[in-house]
Amino acid sequence: MPSWLLATLSLLTVALLLAAAYRPLGDYMAWVYTSPRHWRAERGLYRLIGVDPASEQSWRAYTRSVLAFSAVGVLLLYLLQRVQHWLPYSLGMPAVPSGLSFNTAASFVTNTNWQSYTPEQTLGYTVQLAGLVVQNFVSAAVGIAVAIALVRGFAYRQRRTIGNFWVDLVRGTFRILLPMAVVAAIVLLIGGVIQNFDPFHALTTLAGGTQTLPGGPVASQEAIKELGTNGGGFFNANSAHPFENPTQWTNLVEIVLLLLIPFSLPRTFGRMVGDDRQGYAILAVMALLFITSFVVFTAIELHGPGTAPQLAGAAMEGKEQRFGIVGSTLFGTSSTLTSTGAVNSMHDSLTALGGMMPMLNMMIGEIAPGGVGSGLYGILVVAIVAVFLGGLMIGRTPEYLGKRIGAKEIKLAGLYVILTPALVLVGTALSFAIPSVRASVTGTSILNPGVHGLSEVLYAFTSAANNNGSAFAGLTASTPWMSTALGVVMLVGRFVPIVFVLALAGSLAAQDKVPVTAGTLPTHRPLFVGLVAGVALIITALTFFPVLALGPLAEGLV
Amino acid sequence: MKASSTGGSGRVYGVALRAMVVFTLVVGVGYTLVVTGIGQLVLPAQARGSAVRTADGRVAGSALIGQSFTDASGNPLARYFQSRPSAAGKGYDATASGGSNLGPENPVLVKAITDRTAQVAAFDGVTEAQVPPDAVTASASGLDPDISPAYAEIQVNRVARARGLSPDEVRSLVAAHTQGRALGFLGEPTVNVVELNLALDRLAG
Repeated sequence: MPSWLLATLSLLTVALLLAAAYRPLGDYMAWVYTSPRHWRAERGLYRLIGVDPASEQSWRAYTRSVLAFSAVGVLLLYLLQRVQHWLPYSLGMPAVPSGLSFNTAASFVTNTNWQSYTPEQTLGYTVQLAGLVVQNFVSAAVGIAVAIALVRGFAYRQRRTIGNFWVDLVRGTFRILLPMAVVAAIVLLIGGVIQNFDPFHALTTLAGGTQTLPGGPVASQEAIKELGTNGGGFFNANSAHPFENPTQWTNLVEIVLLLLIPFSLPRTFGRMVGDDRQGYAILAVMALLFITSFVVFTAIELHGPGTAPQLAGAAMEGKEQRFGIVGSTLFGTSSTLTSTGAVNSMHDSLTALGGMMPMLNMMIGEIAPGGVGSGLYGILVVAIVAVFLGGLMIGRTPEYLGKRIGAKEIKLAGLYVILTPALVLVGTALSFAIPSVRASVTGTSILNPGVHGLSEVLYAFTSAANNNGSAFAGLTASTPWMSTALGVVMLVGRFVPIVFVLALAGSLAAQDKVPVTAGTLPTHRPLFVGLVAGVALIITALTFFPVLALGPLAEGLV
Repeated sequence: MKASSTGGSGRVYGVALRAMVVFTLVVGVGYTLVVTGIGQLVLPAQARGSAVRTADGRVAGSALIGQSFTDASGNPLARYFQSRPSAAGKGYDATASGGSNLGPENPVLVKAITDRTAQVAAFDGVTEAQVPPDAVTASASGLDPDISPAYAEIQVNRVARARGLSPDEVRSLVAAHTQGRALGFLGEPTVNVVELNLALDRLAG
């Protein structure tokens, strides 16, 4: 079977499974976030933690709750790593050093899951399950909550509130993520993903050598790692590790899991604003960008340009035989167009131009479909910018879903759009501009010589700022500069945009709806779909072309 | 709500802390234990790592985790099918999974591929053009248990000679351990080297 047909059939299978889930899951999530009824167990929980679920919060109170919850999350995860040597099932591993603990805590609370450490040599089972798994759930629930708050901004009229964060957090975790994760974990177990508390054990191999096999509660972590678009591997090799992703069909399952919620949220959005067509339009933008990116990436990797791939006969360095090239590019596209950042191939060893595609996927802001929640609020911000540009072109006051996009709204959207690229470019530039830092970056951090080294640093800051977590993993990120800079970039790249989004939600919720007139730009037609996709592409191209020309383009085209 | 409207700004941290404790107990500890219980009771073979055993019942590894088939000094053993090159530790070290991370223009990788191609061609008695890509490239995990059917095929004669078997006997064993693409189009066909070599040893024993 020719490779292009394999790629088409693989993509179609994923598309069909996602299409089947779109309406039921999207409708279910809309119900979860709008139902007035609380479950008995939830009411007990609200009493226990001390919140009144019946009252809604202003955008400021909602924001304070998000930030307080996340700050406590960082602190607890930091402390848990620092006392690892006292915890059970730690496999005799020592406390995690303070710098690394901070980096990892920031990474998992921000849904980035950048890993500066080698898990099987650094973290015991208790830190993984009581620390990392918990953040895999709640950082995802926070992302969806913020997206839902923004959607409420469009749906509400003249309200001073945007929902109750604690209710959104609890419902997202217990009504959506937890039941889906249990089912996903069992499916992965069937495929061969391990789930035990056995210590690492040495054995004699067939040829008479010794091999030490790891254990661990992997299936439970793998399920929420994909479902919550987290991406932090139980093992260093992440989803390339046969204990995390043993077969061709578990690879498909993991791809579907990490796309499932982000691709269904447009339905939730359409439901909540009372017009399903608006959801389909957003879905169309996501699908358009996804398919384009997958086709280009796959075509490059199958062609396999570059000295080493040509010499080997195919770009198989850093890829698993069972996945092949198509199984690797489909996973890589899905993982970097969401905020997952899991890998089943080593991106540092991709072809030069192929390796640019995951970077571009992140640079476009992870909106196709993006992380759980963060993808939806990201693309809605781009849609606001598109409406504004459209309004300028036809000379009308821009409106989206009946809400006027005034000076305040466009300022917040503009700040959102500009912040992440600024973090990427400034972070990368400082890595080379400060003499002492430059010595550490070029001397210690970078693995590959030449312009590929710049790509490694650029990829790292792109991944951290967009809360992705994947890497050109040859980069040694445990240096003081890298762990500090990337840690700060992850925190700023997550929470400052969230503040902008919640402020936007508050501003929109306070407005009344303006009636649709003949002059209103329809936001459910192909024209608008093209406009939003075009705005996303143009902003990305204008921002990043120069630096891409210095890195992957220089390596791939010369 | 109370946390914001009536309490001071400190109160919201108390709410956050109590919530984090509850989440840790339920979706951290509770969830993991439930899945572990299901795995150990219903799917114990998978949950414990898909162990493979020799004819005398000794656990000799996992069907999912590749192994080195070399002597103590790292030279390939002719009687075994060889796995792909591995960047995990000194090769197939399951406590240090990972790829080489070498870029497509890195001279270290270019030299490694050139050397491996010559080695495989000489070891298996084939031309360099017959050496498939997976034979000369390190996998992503460094623990890839599989090789391509093409790489298995060029090793058949060498293994048969070393074991005193006919090439057709070995070839039929390879065929029995070859898996096609899932659903006919997912991933690539594979030959599981661990299980194939185990079957060869059983044939001998």
